[in-house]
Amino acid sequence: MTVIDTSQPPSEPARKVADFRPSLLLGEHSLCPGCGEPVALRVLLEVLQELDIVQRTIGVVGHGCYGSFVRIMDVDVLQCLHGRAPACATGIKRVRPDCAVFTMQGDGDMANEGLQEVLHAAARGEKITCVLLNNGVFGDTGGQLTAATVLGQRTKTSLEGRDAETHGYPIPVADLVAGLRGAAYVARGAVSTAGAVAQTKRMLRRAFETQLAGAGFSLVEILTMCPTGWFVPASEGPGYLGDSMEQAYPLGELTTWRH
Amino acid sequence: MTLELLEGSEAIATSAIAAGCRFFAGYPMSPFTGLLENMSRQLPAAGGVCLNAESEIEGVNMTLGAAAAGARAATGSCGQGIALMQEAIAEAALNETPFVVFNMARNQQDYFQATRGGGWGDYRTITLAPKDVPEAVEHAQLAFHLADKHRAPVIFYGDPLLAQTRIGVSVRPLDFGPLPPKDWALDGTGGGTGRSRQVWTWAMGKATDPGPGPDRHWRAIAEKFAAIDAIETRSEQAHVEDAETLVVAFGSAAKFVEYVVEELRADGHRIGWFRPVTLWPFPGGALAAATAGVRRVLVFELNAGQMLDDVRIHAADRSAVRFIGGVSIAESGLAYGDLMDAPVIRDRILTACSEGGRS
Repeated sequence: MTVIDTSQPPSEPARKVADFRPSLLLGEHSLCPGCGEPVALRVLLEVLQELDIVQRTIGVVGHGCYGSFVRIMDVDVLQCLHGRAPACATGIKRVRPDCAVFTMQGDGDMANEGLQEVLHAAARGEKITCVLLNNGVFGDTGGQLTAATVLGQRTKTSLEGRDAETHGYPIPVADLVAGLRGAAYVARGAVSTAGAVAQTKRMLRRAFETQLAGAGFSLVEILTMCPTGWFVPASEGPGYLGDSMEQAYPLGELTTWRH
Repeated sequence: MTLELLEGSEAIATSAIAAGCRFFAGYPMSPFTGLLENMSRQLPAAGGVCLNAESEIEGVNMTLGAAAAGARAATGSCGQGIALMQEAIAEAALNETPFVVFNMARNQQDYFQATRGGGWGDYRTITLAPKDVPEAVEHAQLAFHLADKHRAPVIFYGDPLLAQTRIGVSVRPLDFGPLPPKDWALDGTGGGTGRSRQVWTWAMGKATDPGPGPDRHWRAIAEKFAAIDAIETRSEQAHVEDAETLVVAFGSAAKFVEYVVEELRADGHRIGWFRPVTLWPFPGGALAAATAGVRRVLVFELNAGQMLDDVRIHAADRSAVRFIGGVSIAESGLAYGDLMDAPVIRDRILTACSEGGRS
């Protein structure tokens, strides 16, 4: 058994998790404590690096908190209009078929403003990878109801919690996409536990491998914590995600293409 | 020069491809549909891609993506569909993505849409308004040149007569001069270099390579459009020197006006015509000079009076300006009505002349 001697000061200064960042991260994020989106960005960038496609990758980023990642990800990026990332990515991929093209969108971006875009891009079998960061609220504007908000969730536009009678039912984007023939790889991960992060990273890797093999459309939905938008303490975000969102949106692979 | 008998839509598609257009996305709508069909038929053989988009909104955003990746790209519709594209056209003006929007319009009621736009922000859209199919063939290529020259979306303002008239034309690549390299375009190679590229309306740059940010960027965009206003105006005129009456018209209507004015000229009337070729930038200086010595300035357009605003702004004496156009739509809603006819235009001009003018 290893015993750590705490009677002496450490031989080197303490380092933050951020100090171990992948080289594609140009700086620290500016999002709230407890936010899950920076974790998702980190594993995405790690996958690009591990697949050695960094210098032929183009990202298309929508509008949400993650929009600020445009400044800290060392990848060629089009910051596009709200909801339109799969359409823009389609145009990019069609004229640069040798590039790996991905979108980064929130649930407000993809399930509300841009549901049509992602469904049609998937049905066309566009060889792009869409990454949905689903925290179930409009985080950037301070926690309002999205199409993906789970039943019972309190938001600033569903103060007593989402009820189906008033607000309807949440839209499970990944499940819709998985039902389309053009979709070759669809999975749902999370960043609420270390195990889920590792699983999500594997999903992202398989999604990009699907794209690079020319097999069709790929989508990875990632459940991310938004303690600010959920009105829970930052430290309780992961547990809250497991109790609420993960119950409505089970983790796992929904569609996997055959090699 | 060998002429080929082509319908306008086919001639315009052929010309756009000759200009290097390799991506097109659109949504069917009359009378734009012919252009979409021709692009769909011709682009694959040219190594390009044409997509029948799920809506005009996706069509223009696909085009924005292809253009941001460095391709010559275009979309189109008629005014009703281009209404849906306004957000992306404004975005492209502000994030400096060059592409061409073919408005194969149903009529001339899209002048405000083209020259004022419906998006947000301090932007303008260069707008070319050809008067006939041969000029449309030239403009289909000029539009791409101007877009790339200024890194801005350009509107080609056509109509049913340009889309559907079959005429002998010659389509060959035209050289409008050198262009700056597209070193800003996204090709994926910037990743991991610390200076990866970014196309972003807010232009904030990367943490390690900061951009100007929205304040400086949007002021620079406004200055760019002011510079375009100063150098890219195009117009045509005839019989201005001794004219008492000057008729101003654009697009197909100007072709009709030109014909009627020549007739009246032959009858001894001291009359001339003026045609803005670019609707934005509006050739205000040329119009001011052309109207300096005339008694009346007649504006003929197939709408309730839209270019009329620009003529009033720029005419040497706005009290001399009279409107002789009007809304005129065929029963189908898809083409011009009775007003687009030489005898009718002749009557309106003669009536306006009999009502006097500036002394």
